[in-house]
Amino acid sequence: MAAVRTSSEIGFNRVAIVAVLLVTIIFLAPIYWIASTAFKPRNLATTIPPTVVFQPEISPFVKLFAKRSQMRNPASPEEYAAAPWWERVVFDGGEKIVRDGKGQVQWSGYPSRFLNSLIVAITSTVLAVGMGTFTAYGFSRFKVKGEADLLFFILSTRMLPPVVVAIPMFLMYRAVGLNDSHVGLIILYTAFNLSFSVWLMKGFMDEIPKEYEEAALVDGYTRMEAFFKIVLPEAATGIAATAVFCFITAWNEYAFALIMTSRRAQTAPPFIPSQVGSGLPDWSVIAAGTFLFLLPVAIFTFLLRNHLLRGMSFGAIRK
Amino acid sequence: MTQIELRGVQKFFGAVQVIKDLNLKINDNEFIVLLGQSGCGKTTTLRAVAGLETIDEGDILIDGKPIQHLKAADRDIAMVFQSFSLYPHMSVYENIAFPLRATRKSKAEIDSEVRSVAKTLQITELLDKKPSALSGGDMQRVAIGRALVRRPKAMLMDEPIGALDAKLREEMRAEIKRLHIKQGSTTIYVTHDQIEAMSLADRIVIMHEGVLQQVGSPDEVYSRPANLFVAQFVGSPVMNVADAAVAETASAVSVTVGGAAAGFEFPRALLSKLNGHAGGQLALGIRPEGVLIRHDAAAGFLPVETQIVEPLGSFDIVDLKVGSKMLRARTKSGFVGGPGEKVFARIDPAQAHFFDTASGKSLEVRL
Repeated sequence: MAAVRTSSEIGFNRVAIVAVLLVTIIFLAPIYWIASTAFKPRNLATTIPPTVVFQPEISPFVKLFAKRSQMRNPASPEEYAAAPWWERVVFDGGEKIVRDGKGQVQWSGYPSRFLNSLIVAITSTVLAVGMGTFTAYGFSRFKVKGEADLLFFILSTRMLPPVVVAIPMFLMYRAVGLNDSHVGLIILYTAFNLSFSVWLMKGFMDEIPKEYEEAALVDGYTRMEAFFKIVLPEAATGIAATAVFCFITAWNEYAFALIMTSRRAQTAPPFIPSQVGSGLPDWSVIAAGTFLFLLPVAIFTFLLRNHLLRGMSFGAIRK
Repeated sequence: MTQIELRGVQKFFGAVQVIKDLNLKINDNEFIVLLGQSGCGKTTTLRAVAGLETIDEGDILIDGKPIQHLKAADRDIAMVFQSFSLYPHMSVYENIAFPLRATRKSKAEIDSEVRSVAKTLQITELLDKKPSALSGGDMQRVAIGRALVRRPKAMLMDEPIGALDAKLREEMRAEIKRLHIKQGSTTIYVTHDQIEAMSLADRIVIMHEGVLQQVGSPDEVYSRPANLFVAQFVGSPVMNVADAAVAETASAVSVTVGGAAAGFEFPRALLSKLNGHAGGQLALGIRPEGVLIRHDAAAGFLPVETQIVEPLGSFDIVDLKVGSKMLRARTKSGFVGGPGEKVFARIDPAQAHFFDTASGKSLEVRL
């Protein structure tokens, strides 16, 4: 049956579409700003009013990854002709790439920081979600003495801003030699995310009817097998959502990374702004670093988007 | 060959006792229906047999061996849940194959057994579908297939068709019965629907507040209810129950209900069969079909007035006012014109039941 829409409904729809577009633009504007700045030559990055139309350049990314120094004099024509294309774009900006005695290009600090971010965020996410899933299953399926108190206690770790404990944590970490180490940051981020993960997963676990496991138990499986074969696939949606949130928290964490790490285990968030202070700030390079930093979360979320949409597991049980 | 026996089973949920000293012996190939209102302990009993619920006292024996300490997985029992509980992330094929994968069977064996069960249940064309794409009836067929495929010692069914709509329920009821006749396995079936129980069961076990009330064939529990609860729980429309006073008259015995001016006539043999209870607190139970009515006066018929007429298609249910009490009678459809009509009624002594009001127990009077 074709529904007939009144003109006021059509009008409302149009207003709604405009509103949605406006909100989308507001949300996407900073991303556009970062992305466009990342491809601007250095001199166009800070113009007022901002340059909107420009010839995109790859040079900020080359500069981001390579160690470079200012040149007093421009490169000689021979030097320029001998250089590969990615070195020429650096020459164009009045800088040169630093090479060691054997002529090997020296990497900047960015790639290792980026790698540190990946190691710390992925490991702590896996740990927090893994432990959270098991804990939530326990709380959801078994009679736990003082369940409500325990769950409150778990949540209470999030009742103060984490930075409050930064100084004591720093002193403790220094005492046990965990500062500036991957393990130290991983423990810290896992601890932050665990309470969140337990609570979120508890909600998802409660929603999985326990008849599924009971059916598996009667079908000849142990509880552990039932957990892995039935509960875990059913909880995939919840696990994906929890993982995305935990990953974002660990990936973006700034304050502790700044205090607890300096070089070896430093993650990208404290590193990127630290580049502002070295010489004249090259905003294009900083934007390029930020732009690349956004990608893993975007890719991670994109890959899990099907799991984030609910509804996959519905309809197989009659209530 | 599977016999299941429950001996002195007790189960508590906190301070609440949900199963009280349950003793029951289920024979090989028998279709037993646990019937009762919700909260009567029937599902808990079933889950205890399945191993999903522990018991606090007593023994559950399968073929003479106590199994109450075994895990569900080790009891070799299959269960069909009211919610069907098909694994949503698996196809129908995988769902049916799942119990077999717990055993050490080869892929080829599993495949042939899944296909054979699917053929029996006529769901072969559904094997590749996901449960969410199935209709309620098909989901139930798959759930039954998953239970059958392992050839378990016993099948447990917890209101397996309770979630279906009325028409489908009738179809599935017949299908379950046909399947049981064909496959023959010891089955315990839980339901609150007495029609389901009557139509499926070899024997019905009626429970109330954790206590077993009566075990018997559908005919036994219908025509010889052991107590007032069973009498009023089994049968639709419900049996009429009224406090009765028995008095001896010159020629026979008169049974007065609801303080009416005159009593219904019963044979003299009633007195001896009541066995001394005649003067005590008695209740008369009579099913609507045991209340006979006619338009003209006759010996033994009392004049009564009709109050409500419920036409139910193949028959009518007529409410008759007898003293302060309402008796429901079953008549041919259209027999009574409407409310307020004067008719004559009597009670068929052969269909009458007498209960001791205090204990609720049947006095086993058969006339």
